[in-house]
Amino acid sequence: MTTIRVNGVDHAVDVDPRTSLLDLLRERLDLKGTKKGCDHGQCGACTVLVNGVRINACLSLAVMHDGDEVLTVEGLASGEVLHPVQQAFLTEDAFQCGYCTPGQICSAVGLLAEVAAGQPSEATADLDGPVTLTDAEIRERMSGNICRCSAYPQILAAVRRAAGAAA
Amino acid sequence: MSTVRDWAAPNPVTENRSGLIGKPVDRYEGRLKVTGTAAYAYEVETPAPPLYGHIVSSTLAKGRITAIDTSAAAAAPGVVLAWSHLNVPAQAARGTRLNPRSQRASNPALESDRVEHYGQSVVFILADTPENARAAGGLVRITYAAEDADLDFLSSLDLAGPAPGEEDARVGDFEAGYSASEVTVDDTWFSPLQNHAQMEPCATTAWWEGDKVVVHTSIQMVKGGQHALAETLGIPSDRVRLFTRYIGGGFGGKGQAYDDLTLAALAARESGRPVRVAYTRQQMFQATIHRPAVQMRVRLGADRSGRLNAMALEAVTHCARNAPFVEHAASFARNLYAAPHRLTGHRLVLLDIPHAGAMRAPGEAPGMLSLECAMDELAEKLGLDPIELRIRNEPEVDPDNAKPFSVRQLVRCMQEGAQQFGWSRRHPTPGAVRDGRWYVGMGMATAIRGNFLLPAKAGLRLTGDGLATLTQGMTDIGTGTYTILAQITGETLGLPLDQVRVELGDSDMPPAPGSGGQFGAATAGSAAYETAMVMRRRLSELAAGDPRSPLYGEDPTLMDFANGNIVLGNRSESLAALASRAGPEGVYVEGGISPAADARDWSQHTYGAQFAEVGVDSVTGEVRLRRMFGVFAAGRILNAKLAKSQITGGMIWGVGAALTESNPVDPRFGSFLHQDLGGYLAPVHADIVNLDAVLLDEADDKANPMGIKGVGELGICGAGAAIANAVYNACGVRLRDYPLTPDKVLAALEAKGL
Repeated sequence: MTTIRVNGVDHAVDVDPRTSLLDLLRERLDLKGTKKGCDHGQCGACTVLVNGVRINACLSLAVMHDGDEVLTVEGLASGEVLHPVQQAFLTEDAFQCGYCTPGQICSAVGLLAEVAAGQPSEATADLDGPVTLTDAEIRERMSGNICRCSAYPQILAAVRRAAGAAA
Repeated sequence: MSTVRDWAAPNPVTENRSGLIGKPVDRYEGRLKVTGTAAYAYEVETPAPPLYGHIVSSTLAKGRITAIDTSAAAAAPGVVLAWSHLNVPAQAARGTRLNPRSQRASNPALESDRVEHYGQSVVFILADTPENARAAGGLVRITYAAEDADLDFLSSLDLAGPAPGEEDARVGDFEAGYSASEVTVDDTWFSPLQNHAQMEPCATTAWWEGDKVVVHTSIQMVKGGQHALAETLGIPSDRVRLFTRYIGGGFGGKGQAYDDLTLAALAARESGRPVRVAYTRQQMFQATIHRPAVQMRVRLGADRSGRLNAMALEAVTHCARNAPFVEHAASFARNLYAAPHRLTGHRLVLLDIPHAGAMRAPGEAPGMLSLECAMDELAEKLGLDPIELRIRNEPEVDPDNAKPFSVRQLVRCMQEGAQQFGWSRRHPTPGAVRDGRWYVGMGMATAIRGNFLLPAKAGLRLTGDGLATLTQGMTDIGTGTYTILAQITGETLGLPLDQVRVELGDSDMPPAPGSGGQFGAATAGSAAYETAMVMRRRLSELAAGDPRSPLYGEDPTLMDFANGNIVLGNRSESLAALASRAGPEGVYVEGGISPAADARDWSQHTYGAQFAEVGVDSVTGEVRLRRMFGVFAAGRILNAKLAKSQITGGMIWGVGAALTESNPVDPRFGSFLHQDLGGYLAPVHADIVNLDAVLLDEADDKANPMGIKGVGELGICGAGAAIANAVYNACGVRLRDYPLTPDKVLAALEAKGL
């Protein structure tokens, strides 16, 4: 039995050891907001936050997450009030078909936390100081999430907007 | 039948009194998408717990299945059935069209022991969980007898034949004109095979209700999918209810039904349970269509002043042996520049690889990668600015057929783009600008893409709560259909957007042709507009004939619609009140659009100018985009925000085409070298910097009653050529073999002694 907390709700599931965290969410817990784009960790559509850190849910087996706390796109809004990142994506038109969007949004939420925690990226000039959220930082840190509709300029604007709202 | 003159009269959309047309409102379905609650085809709720299908694909390019053993798979845990061509339920023979009005013919799955391409479906497993289905798929044993296959395009060029049913387009005498020209360019370009790589793999959820099948599938064409499945199952189309409400990217690749649809429907019938089937990412590459490679020879002949005397674009492309398709890479050149002597045409090589088909701006996307670079070469030979060369060859009328242009703002696109981009800062000498280890250069190209209007219908219901609900068997593949239809309906009826609902993607709804060829907005939108006009007339007549209405007895043709009311002088009544008196169902009307009888008397296109600045790494040969800007003219814009998203998305496709996207065929197996998104390099976020676009004010009154045109494909046209021209300007390397990857650039730099 695997015990996992998803969006604040505890689940105890008897799960096939072959089941990915992604398939657990989509097929067992009926949380289909997290998308399957490649099932190989190459597109980012399945990005969720596990204990606050963004991961590709398709590259992780469900049984590895006993006791973990998972946050998916369904858990971001507070009732009718969208999470600032969700609202920014809507305002900036940071998506078209919408299939990569839950992953982009979870990735952006994770990104903002990483930057706030001072974690550097390949685009960070000063590895020891605080991280400044430049456009280059956002582009680098969002490059694990492919958007074939290619809403990248709008995604950049949305992350900037959300970062401003959070600051 | 209407004429374009009927369309020229002012109407609620062109008058735009409440300002909804053009307004950059948020995406209609956006809230569902950002909260993860928009249900794509694989995700819809089923009436009972579903079973899961898994498709096993061939590992052979051409030949026959001589033995197939599914016994271990069938006996594996959780497996409900295992089908091959030996035991799949009966389907109509390929190409059958029982109903002559069907838009698509039968397309059976697992139809025989023949294998026609790598990745073809050969076995289908149905099981209780996705894990069990996939594991059982690995237990299938297949023996093939391989046959000789034609797999490599460039080594098969001698097999090229005429494109079926086509002749070369000749104007004047190209050969004579070319040989008499003072300055000439004669070069050959290659655009490789590319994949759509939509984020959502093709998927279907199916179940049966009595003798009727309900399918939710990811397809761009509602009627096409419904008819294909009905013909394949050999049942009337009214026994197929097809839904496609949200589609995770199409780009032409989901214009047709694939085996997930057929097998889900068959398996749901056989098992009596709902069934979900999705393609894997690998199957998306091998088992759906791709943009074929194109080899293009361009010859330009001009006088010393830069006036084109002769122009030829000859394209050789390929398709699957039994699935005819022509990438019309030369056609756009017929309408772009003036030249008295012209030759354009296509040749086709038949290969034993997966099916070629339409991908975003089929024809223009690869085609403009050649001619627009040839123009850059010609400009350099003439010592002319590339924009000036193009302006000197701007035609007065369509050079292909002498028809007048409906509207053509190509020169304005180039001039405004040049000013806003800072084109005057471009150094005409290649290699003149360095930034550390980077060579820096600028390039430009034009964009042209045709405009089309197809027949379409729509339904519109006004209910007593004051809501107008537009229904249409149309799709939104991320293009913004839901949003623009709401804007058109709201503006035409004088209703605020929060009183307009839009429901799409249901085969029971009035039909529209779907999303493709950048005809969606004009086609579906015009049908919505006409339907809303029918509603206006119906409501006016209701008010005039109803003693309870304040407008009773008045002339219905004088009534107006604003702020949720029907109005005449100082009298008015809310649409809600009018609809509620009409009965519990409110008022329902249908309407539609057809092309005007004389619409093709004008040459109708969308236009643009693309500008790029790149850096070329002198050490590694890597090309990096530094900034990109485009100016486009595409008729009246319905939603400034969403139209720009379409355009910039297309430009980024052009970046991919120029720099990274290519999928070679592995000549050993007939498979594609890249079967996933780690190998097939669509642009990622870090590849795209400082990219922007503007849309010029325009209305094309020959296009449709609203004067709108499409934007979905224009953005990719010419975008890659602007980058290739910038690479040349940066470092003096003229590569004609796309994509311009570091290995090619570095070799060329070394060859130049750089």
